[in-house]
Amino acid sequence: MYQYDTYDQALVDARVADFRDQTRRRLDGSMSEEQFRPLRLMNGLYLQLHAYMLRVAVPYGTLSSAQMRMLGDIADKYDRGYGHFTTRQNIQYNWIKLDEAPDILADLATVEMHAIQTSGNCIRNTTSDQYAGAAADELVDPRPYAELIRQWSTFHPEFNFLPRKFKIAVIAADTDRAAMRLHDIGVQIVRNAAGELGCAFYVGGGMGRTPMIAPLINGFVPLDQFITYFEACLRVYNRYGRRDNKYKARIKILVHEIGKEAYTSQVEAEFAHLLTQNIEPPIAELERIKAHFADPAFEVGVPDQVDRSDPDFALWVDNNCVTHKQAGYIAATISLKPIGGIPGDASSDQIRLMADLAKEYAFDELRVTHAQNIVLPHVKKADLYALWQKLDAAGLGTANLDQIGDIIACPGLDYCSLANARSIPVAQKISERFAAKAEEIGELKLKISGCINACGHHHAGHIGILGVDRKGVENYQLLLGGSEGADTSLGTITGPGFDEDGVVDAIEKATEVYLAHKQGEERFLDTYRRVGMAPFKEAIYAPKTTQNGEPAHG
Amino acid sequence: MVETQYRFRSDEPVGDPAVTVDSFGEQTNASAVRIEPGDDARDLLPFLSRIKLVEVNFPGFGDGRGYSAARILREAGYDGELRAVGDVLVDQLSNMRRCGFDSFAPEREINAADAEAALARYAEVYQPTTDGRLPIWAKRHAGK
Repeated sequence: MYQYDTYDQALVDARVADFRDQTRRRLDGSMSEEQFRPLRLMNGLYLQLHAYMLRVAVPYGTLSSAQMRMLGDIADKYDRGYGHFTTRQNIQYNWIKLDEAPDILADLATVEMHAIQTSGNCIRNTTSDQYAGAAADELVDPRPYAELIRQWSTFHPEFNFLPRKFKIAVIAADTDRAAMRLHDIGVQIVRNAAGELGCAFYVGGGMGRTPMIAPLINGFVPLDQFITYFEACLRVYNRYGRRDNKYKARIKILVHEIGKEAYTSQVEAEFAHLLTQNIEPPIAELERIKAHFADPAFEVGVPDQVDRSDPDFALWVDNNCVTHKQAGYIAATISLKPIGGIPGDASSDQIRLMADLAKEYAFDELRVTHAQNIVLPHVKKADLYALWQKLDAAGLGTANLDQIGDIIACPGLDYCSLANARSIPVAQKISERFAAKAEEIGELKLKISGCINACGHHHAGHIGILGVDRKGVENYQLLLGGSEGADTSLGTITGPGFDEDGVVDAIEKATEVYLAHKQGEERFLDTYRRVGMAPFKEAIYAPKTTQNGEPAHG
Repeated sequence: MVETQYRFRSDEPVGDPAVTVDSFGEQTNASAVRIEPGDDARDLLPFLSRIKLVEVNFPGFGDGRGYSAARILREAGYDGELRAVGDVLVDQLSNMRRCGFDSFAPEREINAADAEAALARYAEVYQPTTDGRLPIWAKRHAGK
């Protein structure tokens, strides 16, 4: 994985000093909260309902075991002994004191980590495929491109005060595991007819209150021009994105309002101009970065079979592990969704254990997934049983990847100052209610957001839940049919919302409809797409009946 | 008029009042112009040879359009004074310098020590802009 040189380290160290100075000026009163707010936000520090929350960047979701161990230690030293992994492959701490925030950044800098641009109206942490470098189906490892984007976007002087936040994802496989087209810019690394690598640019996707799937605006930008293309995309947005209404300020609205063609032609004109400015890093820089992502020293000729005699282990292998590009290896997902747990939370002990296991079994690497789980990307199949036993003993062996219990949920009203409703208790109830039936239901991606900002990706869930405030009471809308893969689609609202228990009941009915209509190997999403909303709606809103078939009263 | 607090040029300051972008083309004797956030800096490109001062107004520090305006002018070869005016805060000075601003007239005076520290803090940069500083990638591959 990437390692800082003295230049990268100097920047991060300077940022620590910078933020320490800004915090000092805030604490001594020489800076107002209004002036401090955008500065702390640009460094990932939010003022939430109960305390400050610090969001730490995990570039493209990749961590070394030393970095992971530091995340566990920070949880103990500055927080309440746990951390929360997010849908943008980052980690958040929920109980931070302002005067200690600079010390946390200093600790992070010792392991080449930071919180730069994890919030604010600037370019955020670039995300990627959690199986990058391990996936059997990838064209190349997308992370070197993401790292070059990280460097280009870090402290970019022109783009610190964009109309709104800006999120980039990079993938290099046809199977999209990063919700690429639901980002402000999604890039897929592709090969053209001449055999050269380049970038396909999708611009103007996003979730929030106006979900949109990004259109393709350029199918092939050469690798020696793609940073310049990014700069052109951003400059057009910075100049023309709406600033009159924060809910219409994302680039998706600009692309939608002026049209894909007009936006593209503006970008192409700016691109032609910027090509004359020589702002593109040389290909040698991309090659330098690529060398950091060379394959680890895989053993050849190691057994390619797994001993499946322990049925619990066999289930975990089937559900949580995916094919590796290297024979004899597998990529294993550690579910942070135990039955009844808080999605994405891990204790400091669990974080340190995962760090140790990565060092012992996975060439010192871990990944954070946008579904709020952890991946050990390169595990020798011969070691898999020993690994699973240690995970299972620590409550990290849940075999539910992509099942109904593998819920994506935002922090919701338990923490977040923007939320209208709680997300965590709903996730916990669903997790418990369906634990026994999850295997029968199979793949069902369930996503919960506690407000319309859609941090829990509810639009993209096979089943989505949106918490709203209805006259002071938490109310949950139900959506069906969303997806974030190569077949990206947005969910449709079933109808009137429910209270907390009601939405869990409604989901149960939806799963019953699925199981009744399922043909062959269809997933919930496939059946929904085939039969449509009608039978689901009918079952979900059928009048309650008593056991003898009479309508219930009250 | 707010006073210029920092100026990184040695030529004589321009005393002419700045006119709007809209009227600059017609006012053929004007040499100073003021860009508001909604203005298109490229409207000035036909007149660069007679411009000696461009003020870019930041009515609120959170509106970042002025950074693009500054770079566009510098990229087009403008070498006159480029002044940031309005809600210009110490933590924006460094980025403004990198985008080509060479004078600052903040509404509220900036503490001199803080300004000096802020301008000196980041010794390295990842991006080439028109300020002439070498980006990190150029240093990494120098002489290769």
